[in-house]
Amino acid sequence: MSVESLNLFPFDSSSLLVALPEIFLLSAIVVVLLLDLFLVKNFKQVTYYLTQVSLLITGLLAFDLIGHAETIIFSNSFILDDMASVFKVFMMGATMVAMVYSRHYLVQHSLFRGEFFVLVMLSVLGMMVMVSGYSLLTLYLGLEIMSLSLYTLIAIARQRAVAVEAALKYFVLGAISSGLLLYGMSMIYGISGGLNISDIAAFASNSDLSSREALIINFGLVFLVIGIAFKLGAVPFHNWVPDVYQGSPTAVTMFLSTVPKIAAVAMLVRILVDGLSAMQPYWSDLFMVLALLSIALGSVVALMQTNIKRMLAYSTISHIGFIMLGFTTGVVTGYGASVFYILVYVLMSLAAFGMIILLNKKGFEADLISDYKGLSKSSPWFALMMLVVMLSMAGVPPFIGFYSKFFILQQVVSAGFVTIAIIAVVFAVISAYYYLQIIKSMYFDEADKEATIFAPMDMQLVLSINAVLILVVGLFPDFWMKLALSLL
Amino acid sequence: MVSLSDYLILSSVIFCIGLVGIFVNRTNIITLLMCVELILAAVNTNFIAFSHFLGNEAGQIFVFFILTVAAAEVAIGLAILTLLFRTRGSINVDVTSSLKG
Repeated sequence: MSVESLNLFPFDSSSLLVALPEIFLLSAIVVVLLLDLFLVKNFKQVTYYLTQVSLLITGLLAFDLIGHAETIIFSNSFILDDMASVFKVFMMGATMVAMVYSRHYLVQHSLFRGEFFVLVMLSVLGMMVMVSGYSLLTLYLGLEIMSLSLYTLIAIARQRAVAVEAALKYFVLGAISSGLLLYGMSMIYGISGGLNISDIAAFASNSDLSSREALIINFGLVFLVIGIAFKLGAVPFHNWVPDVYQGSPTAVTMFLSTVPKIAAVAMLVRILVDGLSAMQPYWSDLFMVLALLSIALGSVVALMQTNIKRMLAYSTISHIGFIMLGFTTGVVTGYGASVFYILVYVLMSLAAFGMIILLNKKGFEADLISDYKGLSKSSPWFALMMLVVMLSMAGVPPFIGFYSKFFILQQVVSAGFVTIAIIAVVFAVISAYYYLQIIKSMYFDEADKEATIFAPMDMQLVLSINAVLILVVGLFPDFWMKLALSLL
Repeated sequence: MVSLSDYLILSSVIFCIGLVGIFVNRTNIITLLMCVELILAAVNTNFIAFSHFLGNEAGQIFVFFILTVAAAEVAIGLAILTLLFRTRGSINVDVTSSLKG
């Protein structure tokens, strides 16, 4: 390569500052990984604290970049904008909370190993790359860094046959979905001649697009939508969700049901909203079908579950349905409602899985709905917290879960899809049954055995704050909705 | 002269073989991994063909990354498979059916 052609790729080292959170996290991962090797058994807790500190500093670095002018670096493949920064801050916060809960679980089930924390940080790094990805290549690489770490995280409970089975299922379906996504990407690349989102957007919004070119974009688009729907777990690409949620160790289930969903939504926004907004009428039709099927199946099948992790898996599917519904509206306020919903979902889901982990003790998973019988007698405070989480998930005012559903439905109605909104509400009412079932067994059933809580104080405190936030944030929904809107 | 559409037809045939292979395969999980590799091979063919006919190198660079990721993916897949063999004593697809409902 000659010197002149190298100059085609100018490199300004100040652009590295824009990617500072990622660079810091990567360095921290390497340090923690190496340090963990040399720690003697009694000092393994150090890995945990280092992880928390690394995540905190990464979050602060990302927070510092909020309000930074929109910058695209690394040959137009990495973007820094407010959406990226705010999502990163949320992801760091959610991961830190998840790690506080996880520690109790890992200690109780003898899974406390340094690799767990390193893998969590690696997958978070992948998600950060996804959130900031501005070319198909960066988005794909971020997705794979995230997924490969998640497959391994599930298999960390390697003596448990169900965990290994869950890991295998997630691996096979994840690999298929990556393949489908890549096939779609290759089609989009082939017709638009570029990998960058801005090139694709410029090509797709070209007014003299021939019908043949539009057809090929649509062909690629279908594969992209299938790939994204797989990652989000929307019906009919949801088969892996319940099995993986049930089989994985609860700490991993909690992590993989929360933070990766934010990254998947970010990828959706980058590819479909930023890149292919000109094709919005086509993909929003696909989304409409996926959203309605997800809401319907998620609400109905959850009714028959006895395992709470499996029930939460179906509840996730129905939440994902609502999120996709926001994207069908084709207006920025609709997308904003979806972004708001995903952040609220992460807050609620963390608290729900936190409650499951709270009741864990050696040899006891607390993953059956019957394990919650009589919780209000033995631990009235946490029964109340669980009540808040469940009511919020069911969408009862004044909790935040109500506003997230309300904003979505408001946007769907104002986009003119009244029938769709009515169907969604009917299924949301059906889904209230299984949330209320847990409340009933906590408050009105007699306990089979005394539930004692062994969780450390820091976890009890964080969990209480998490649950109280669901109520407090619900008192000022406007502020958060405006924040979500300002990101797009 | 081989035209672009010939490459695309070839890659779509490979892609379909891979996809159908995953869904009809009821015996061995290693076959599943091979099918996933077929899908990725189809994608690579697509990228290289497009890259050549567009005169744009980005597609070929993408292929390098896909090859690397595929190698990492198979390494993890085989590791999980080893664990499955240890816990279940078999790597048939039908042993992975304890989770359902």
